[in-house]
Amino acid sequence: MAREKFHLVHSSAVPVHIENVDTDQIIPARFLKATTRDGFGENLFRDWRYDSNNQPIADFVLNNPRYSGDILVSGKNFGCGSSREHAAWAITDYGFKVVVSSFFADIFKNNALNNGLLPVQVSDEFLAHIFSAIEADHQTTFTVNLETQTFTIDATGASFNFEINSYKKECMLNGYDDIDYLLNMKDKIAKFEQSRA
Amino acid sequence: MAGKTIFDKIWDAHVVEQIEDGPSVVYIDQHLIHEVTSPQAFAGLDARGLKVFRTNRTVATPDHNVPTIDQDKPIRDELSRFQVDKLTENCQKHGVTLYGLNHPYQGIVHVVGPQLGITQPGMTIVCGDSHTSTHGAFGSVAFGIGTSEVEMVLATQCLMQSKAKRMRITVDGELGEGVGAKDIILYIISKITASGGTGYFVEYAGSAFRNLSMEGRMTVCNMSIEMGARGGLIAPDETTFEYIRGREFAPKGADFDAAVAKWRELYTDADAVFDAELHFDAADIEPMITYGTNPGMGIKITANVPALNEIEESNRTSFAKSLDYMGLVPGERLLGKTVDYVFVGSCTNGRIEDLRAVAEFVKGKQKADNITAWIVPGSKQVEKQAQEEGLVAIFEAAGFQLRQPGCSACLGMNEDKIPKGKYAVSTSNRNFEGRQGPGARTMLASPITAAAVAVTGKIVDPRDFN
Repeated sequence: MAREKFHLVHSSAVPVHIENVDTDQIIPARFLKATTRDGFGENLFRDWRYDSNNQPIADFVLNNPRYSGDILVSGKNFGCGSSREHAAWAITDYGFKVVVSSFFADIFKNNALNNGLLPVQVSDEFLAHIFSAIEADHQTTFTVNLETQTFTIDATGASFNFEINSYKKECMLNGYDDIDYLLNMKDKIAKFEQSRA
Repeated sequence: MAGKTIFDKIWDAHVVEQIEDGPSVVYIDQHLIHEVTSPQAFAGLDARGLKVFRTNRTVATPDHNVPTIDQDKPIRDELSRFQVDKLTENCQKHGVTLYGLNHPYQGIVHVVGPQLGITQPGMTIVCGDSHTSTHGAFGSVAFGIGTSEVEMVLATQCLMQSKAKRMRITVDGELGEGVGAKDIILYIISKITASGGTGYFVEYAGSAFRNLSMEGRMTVCNMSIEMGARGGLIAPDETTFEYIRGREFAPKGADFDAAVAKWRELYTDADAVFDAELHFDAADIEPMITYGTNPGMGIKITANVPALNEIEESNRTSFAKSLDYMGLVPGERLLGKTVDYVFVGSCTNGRIEDLRAVAEFVKGKQKADNITAWIVPGSKQVEKQAQEEGLVAIFEAAGFQLRQPGCSACLGMNEDKIPKGKYAVSTSNRNFEGRQGPGARTMLASPITAAAVAVTGKIVDPRDFN
């Protein structure tokens, strides 16, 4: 089933300036009891966002109206830990289209790509520039161009060329799912099975 | 041409198609599913009007969400009950084998697979759970996947995956008294950090692993993901073959001998090249414990929490945040610190050998008054075995609460949560913030260390009891 195609993203960003953000922080296990993919955004970063009385914690960035946008920026080793795809669902359901970090955990990266959420890996140095730019002006904007594989800090024009394999890039640009590809090769898979028997 | 690693041999034999400048289409021999990461995948199949492609390669059991008391009664939590019922419904509809609650084979997927002989050398094994790496202990390529990928495997028995880089971690030498598999892996992660293995598939080599039982090897491979690795494996040997022999779904008779002959080919060629090689000396490893909020934040139990100047400057903010959450200060000594909970269980340390080790330690002793001690067997089979071997009687006499099989307090999805601010010494795999319940403070350790903490009520070196 076709997904939404990934277009150019031009937006301000939300900084979660923390390293090793694990998927238990992105969406705690007690919220994984749903049997659909919807509604996880309201519990994104639940225990950093709300206290034990379900009151918003004022100094967490998602509760700060100064910050908004389609881009989530976070410290290195983002998405480590559990394989729960609910983490990617929570981030997209909240409204983010791009996650930027200087390092992503493998399973999270796959899960993001399978949900049309673009993981953009930049250098530690460039990540620091992004955080500084947001600190200087919380409404500062960025441009994410998947076609040219560039992430640009609009205010300074500084740009980073990020990597993505060409197959995944095509999938994102065209809204293709891996599963469509696999379903089209079922005969080949059956032949493979016979060849091993 | 350079030789191949075990990982290469298994991977290459399962590539159905290589996409140019893209991932490989990899055939999956065994798919394990559970209630939490599968409902949306089945819904996806239904939306496309598809059936499960190879039901004989799919096995299901509920584990993450199940209560660990009164399993014979309907699940009280409505959402949990709905999710577990959904698994039953999906399995019935698609003809997938299910070991449901109260089935003698139910348990944590990563305990069930090996125990039934479903897990075998040379296989590709996936599950919507990051600790699928556990099965690598048998010399298989096993790794966790997301729900979209669960759907792909249900629909086609294949996955799109980029091949990981190869890392070999060699630990040679003799382990000291009171030091076990859990200490080895916590030690390795403390050295290479929680992201040091990202992008790699690890092979564990050397006498320290060779001398481990299958249970110990599973503990090691289980935590490969905690250093970010895609998976980890150990070359199969006589220990592996003897473990598999006679198990329910293992090949029998001449078929078993033929299988063993094939499994013996699963070794890394002498001239194979790894992208990264690490060496450690077993003699340097001591009982370990974690003090922070990722599994890389581990120290020897006799050591102090690092002082601020021992931490790289760029990591100091995260370090401080972590210690603040844990209620610890830099340089603090952990020995003697009061603990509130002890949890023995999980896919890391919920196997019969783990329960035996704890029982041997606590036999004739009593848990400390300030401790709540939970023992949660990894499966119904482990529970039964523990009863038959008299371990249950020992636990009960020592004041431990024996619960029924499931993931339990490892991730606190069911009622088994550590209260806010309380310290738990846990045999599980993750000490993330809130992992065992909102505000819970987790310290990861081996079963023997957990047992020693349970009887003294505080952090203690298990070697002091010898």
